Amino acid sequence: MSAQETTSTIAAVAPPRSFLRRVWDSDVFYSFRRSPVTILAALVTLLLVGASVFAPWIAPYDPFNPASLNLMDGFTPPMSSSMSGNYFLFGSDHQGRDVLSTILYGSRVSLFVGVSATLFAIVLGVSLGLAAGYRGGVTDSVIMRIADIQLSFPAILIALLIFGIARGIIPPSRHESMAVWVLIVAIGLANWAQFARTVRGATMVERQKDYVSAARIMGVHPLRILVRHILPNVLGPVLVIGTIGLALAIIEEATLSFLGVGVPPTQPSLGTLIRIGQGFLFSGEWWILFFPAVTLVLLALAVNLLGDWLRDALNPRLR
Amino acid sequence: MLAFILRRLAQSIVVMLVVALISFMLFRYVGDPIANLVGQESRISDIEELRQRLGLNDPFYVQFARFIANAVQGEFGISYRLQQPVTELIVSRLPATIELAFASAMIALVFGVVLGVFTALRPKTFATGVIMTLSLVGVSLPTFLIGIGLIYIFAVELQWLPSFGRGQVTDLGWWRTGLLSESGRRSLILPAITLSLFQLTLIMRLVRAEMLEVLRQDYIRFARARGLSKRAINFGHALKNTMVPVITITGLQLGSVIAFSIVTETVFQWPGVGSLFINSVQVVDVPVMAAYLMFIAFVFVVINLIVDILYYAVDPRLRVHGIGAGK
Repeated sequence: MSAQETTSTIAAVAPPRSFLRRVWDSDVFYSFRRSPVTILAALVTLLLVGASVFAPWIAPYDPFNPASLNLMDGFTPPMSSSMSGNYFLFGSDHQGRDVLSTILYGSRVSLFVGVSATLFAIVLGVSLGLAAGYRGGVTDSVIMRIADIQLSFPAILIALLIFGIARGIIPPSRHESMAVWVLIVAIGLANWAQFARTVRGATMVERQKDYVSAARIMGVHPLRILVRHILPNVLGPVLVIGTIGLALAIIEEATLSFLGVGVPPTQPSLGTLIRIGQGFLFSGEWWILFFPAVTLVLLALAVNLLGDWLRDALNPRLR
Repeated sequence: MLAFILRRLAQSIVVMLVVALISFMLFRYVGDPIANLVGQESRISDIEELRQRLGLNDPFYVQFARFIANAVQGEFGISYRLQQPVTELIVSRLPATIELAFASAMIALVFGVVLGVFTALRPKTFATGVIMTLSLVGVSLPTFLIGIGLIYIFAVELQWLPSFGRGQVTDLGWWRTGLLSESGRRSLILPAITLSLFQLTLIMRLVRAEMLEVLRQDYIRFARARGLSKRAINFGHALKNTMVPVITITGLQLGSVIAFSIVTETVFQWPGVGSLFINSVQVVDVPVMAAYLMFIAFVFVVINLIVDILYYAVDPRLRVHGIGAGK
């Protein structure tokens, strides 16, 4: 009996492993288990995402309901009660809003804009990258020249510019209601080029392979080849850039909001809260600035670390 | 050589034309330029006449050609918000931004190289670990938070340095400098550090990586065998060979410094071009936006061009493979 047969018998006898078991034993998850920093980053991300998703249920106060605000609560320091008897863990701001609650709702806006903008950038960048890599020729050079030009400018500048243009086109009465969407489009458009460049390179490699030729000979429609055959094979690096891109998008959103060109004050994100808090830095109310800033840094850092880990885990050369 | 330069020059001009087209579309189609010039009581016939006189009824390409002709002469119209010629506005605020960018580039270069060399020569020490970790955290921190943090420590708590403005400025012709007065120099410190931190970590990591690479080479081992002093090996032989990529990256990053100065200038209320741009985006001051776009694109294109040509001059391999074989 040869060694090969022995192993195959054992494999046949061994009970089928459950899905969870396979995930637990997989390479990617193994590297996850081995890295305490990554586990911590994942926990922090989960905690912050969970807290922002369930903000309406967790938040001790409803900070954007004017009826529940009491100016007597204003400037309550952290971990103390105001004159009206309300307790504030992270203190309250000048309008008597609970800082903890505004952070919960604020990270909701930040995450929503960051995730949507990244998804938008991925969809746009991946489709254009696939088209450029598969078609080649003029399509390729036009798309890639645009990407090259765009990549030589910082994303924040491009996002600012798109935001400015959108403001000029949209009538002023709708600025506030459209602001979040404009922001998503601006940040998304500023970040698509990275994805396009990566996907284009991977597509050019894949389209030389036999399975693509086989599909083409079978008469499969090019669109179907791209979506069903090539796309799954180029998604690995997209996942990595996407995670790091999410951290970047969150910071970009915060920067734009901090500069005062982001979300409207009625719907503050973490960046807006920091902008508000900056005004009270000199008068000693540090907590209005401090807690949103810490949240933003934790969020960006955790997502960044996850991205780093994903890059190492999915890249076989580094193992 | 000449063919290469001409080719790169042609590419740069194409890029500038594309940016000019975007800029022109912005100028012409975002908001009605007439609506910003006339009052509410103007008659439609007057508006039509004004439109005709300003050439807004001409075909697209005629208007675009006129826009470019004006742009080449530095003519970008009048700011809607400040009612001053845009070029004048930008020129008057340019010295502030250039002084800031230059100071921060110097800080980044000096400290980046020193720290990079230090961490490369002593890879296993505690100090290196601390510096490398700090640099990672520094990259993840948004620029504006670093600025606010510095303001809190040095302006609010310690009260050593001013937190906003340029201090006392002196006029040297059209160049308004803050470097000649005590308060001007003190005001420059915090914004320059804020702006430099990102580039600093970048340069540091680059120098460190290059140094580690070079120190493993045979000629370094040979230099050690010859009994040269550590100083001569590390700085005469190793550092010299790491400087080419460092200078390239620093040059290319100069454009980003100008762009990131938008954020820094807002945090520190620095009266430069960046804060002018932010204020015009807020109120959709289209002529300023269009001009700023052209200006930044021009800076980027010129820097890229110079770096490319320098690279070509420094690296003989590019010449062997023929023109444009860089990619």
